Amino acid sequence: MNWTNILTVYLKELKDSLRDRRTLLSTIIIPTLVMPLLTFGVGTVASGVIGKARSETPTVMILGGEDSPGIVARLKESKKIKVVLTSLDWKEDITEKKVRAAVQLPEKFEAGLTAGAASTVVIYHYEGEMKSSFGAGELEKLFRELREQTTTDRLAERSLPATLAKPFDFKRENVAPPEKVGGNLFGGLVPYLIIILCFTGAMYPAIDLTAGEKERGTMETLLCSPVARVDIVLGKFLMVLTGSLSAMGFMLLSMGVTALVAGSLLMGGGSMAKAGAAAAASVSAGSVIPLIDPFGLVGVLAMVFPVAVLFAALALTISLFAKSSKEAQSYLAPLMIVIIMPAVIGMLPGIDLNARLALVPLLNLSLVCKEMLSGVWHWNYIAIIFGSSCVYAAVALWLAVKMFNREDVIFRA
Amino acid sequence: MIEALHLTKTFRDKKRGEIRAADDISFRVSPGQIYGLLGANGAGKTTTLRLLATLLKPTGGSATVAGCDVAREPEKVRAQVGFLAASTALYGRLTAREMIAYFGKLNGLADAEIRARTKRLADELGMHDFLDRRCDTFSTGMKQKTSIARTLIHDPAVMIFDEPTLGLDVMTARAIVKFVRECRNRGKTVIYSTHVMSEVEKLCDTIGIIHGGKLMAEGTLAGLRATYGEQDMEEIFVKIVGAEDAK
Repeated sequence: MNWTNILTVYLKELKDSLRDRRTLLSTIIIPTLVMPLLTFGVGTVASGVIGKARSETPTVMILGGEDSPGIVARLKESKKIKVVLTSLDWKEDITEKKVRAAVQLPEKFEAGLTAGAASTVVIYHYEGEMKSSFGAGELEKLFRELREQTTTDRLAERSLPATLAKPFDFKRENVAPPEKVGGNLFGGLVPYLIIILCFTGAMYPAIDLTAGEKERGTMETLLCSPVARVDIVLGKFLMVLTGSLSAMGFMLLSMGVTALVAGSLLMGGGSMAKAGAAAAASVSAGSVIPLIDPFGLVGVLAMVFPVAVLFAALALTISLFAKSSKEAQSYLAPLMIVIIMPAVIGMLPGIDLNARLALVPLLNLSLVCKEMLSGVWHWNYIAIIFGSSCVYAAVALWLAVKMFNREDVIFRA
Repeated sequence: MIEALHLTKTFRDKKRGEIRAADDISFRVSPGQIYGLLGANGAGKTTTLRLLATLLKPTGGSATVAGCDVAREPEKVRAQVGFLAASTALYGRLTAREMIAYFGKLNGLADAEIRARTKRLADELGMHDFLDRRCDTFSTGMKQKTSIARTLIHDPAVMIFDEPTLGLDVMTARAIVKFVRECRNRGKTVIYSTHVMSEVEKLCDTIGIIHGGKLMAEGTLAGLRATYGEQDMEEIFVKIVGAEDAK
């Protein structure tokens, strides 16, 4: 192994890659834009859609109620809903979004209220449809108010105190410090994004430097040089690792800037504030806005490093086997699903790190990052995960070197 | 000096079983000599040259290039070899100067030496107009000149050419042939593979005819003419290869 040769190959690959638009796109541009786009782009669109749906007065139908004119009048008077004429096809009208919800008043409902008889009001809505759930929500609110008022009136009639129906109250108080709240909120998302971007960052350079070179005929030119193959593969591997780490670095940098901008918007108010709320992870301490533990972030970076090595070596090995860039892409794209799966599982609530899961690649990273970002440090698991990730990475790198020495792989045509 | 002794390379193919791409090939090329390896497509020319350039490992026999064993000292062999083939392309996103410098560095040359040699090669090959342009903007002629400069940057003692004129226009092909002659005149050991009979007639001091991985015949042009009673190289080739096919 000759480090001068490895460095020569690496620097050439770096220069070459920096001139390649597709590599720049996957290692710098997309990772930089992903967080602002997710936060402000998707956030703004989502808050716009929700805001528009909320500003719209939902149309509802009243089924029955001929014997309850007071209740019907009360519903019609409400400014939160718009009562429309009842049709026979009211179910179809809800399905086709002509009306958002319908309320079925039981027979002699009003008389029953006076007499103290129990009855059930049924609210019909379309599950999963946002505007329908807003309509049903408004109806629920109106009937809840009616129920509370009826209870208060009945207690007053009997000269009984209001506390009879509501003997005590309760509320929630947060004791978790902001960084723990941040860790719990974003602890799953951050490793998920890091894992995906680390892989996509490695993917394109790996394809370009192996299958791409075979396709363009430069691989044979390079192999004619007196440099040992292990030096060539390590030089190329370092470039792929650079791609992977730069994708992660730019994503974290962009996330930090996005969080600061979103945080300042959140503190200052405004319509963008809602959109920025999701990323308000590191605004001033002591505020209610969640924070991410900076030591946790350093820990995450340390844990991600062997995984980035694993991705770089794996992507290099697989791409090397392919005859063309297209073939390499068709191998690596399905691998993305395999990589996303443990990252998604790690995001699920209720899955806690244990000694067995600490050996499962990627899932272990996802789980330990979640803990570290919320300030929990299980050193024994951290050691197992770091150690096992290093072993996996070393095996993948050994495989890449082995593959590069195989004539049937290098000259596969 | 190139010396191949019973050089053999077999591949395993799922459909065709064992393929002997180079089968017991022996020949010798001295400095200041051009050895022409003549054969049809798939005859085993590229495999033989790749074995000599240490891109492939022999499965049998041995070979030495500039005194170094191809199996035991592949890096030393490659340091003595300039390999130019139709399949050895340039890095499109590098300039010609960067391309030459990269291979200079891979061959262990110092920066000052690379600069001096690049200037000399650019003077000789007339490359100054496009030396700082990216290779993906080059014409075929420019690409060939840059490839030649790439193979010569470390001043190798042995030059291996694998069908270097394949797909080139007449003028570029002539320039390549001229360059091969110059290599011989500088005392380099040259091996040149082709399936173009006229190139062999014009260029080679010794001709080896390869077919089905075997070296079927070897000799000077005059010697082959005398042995096979034909003046035309194509007729000689057909006689040798045809006789083998008829067996």
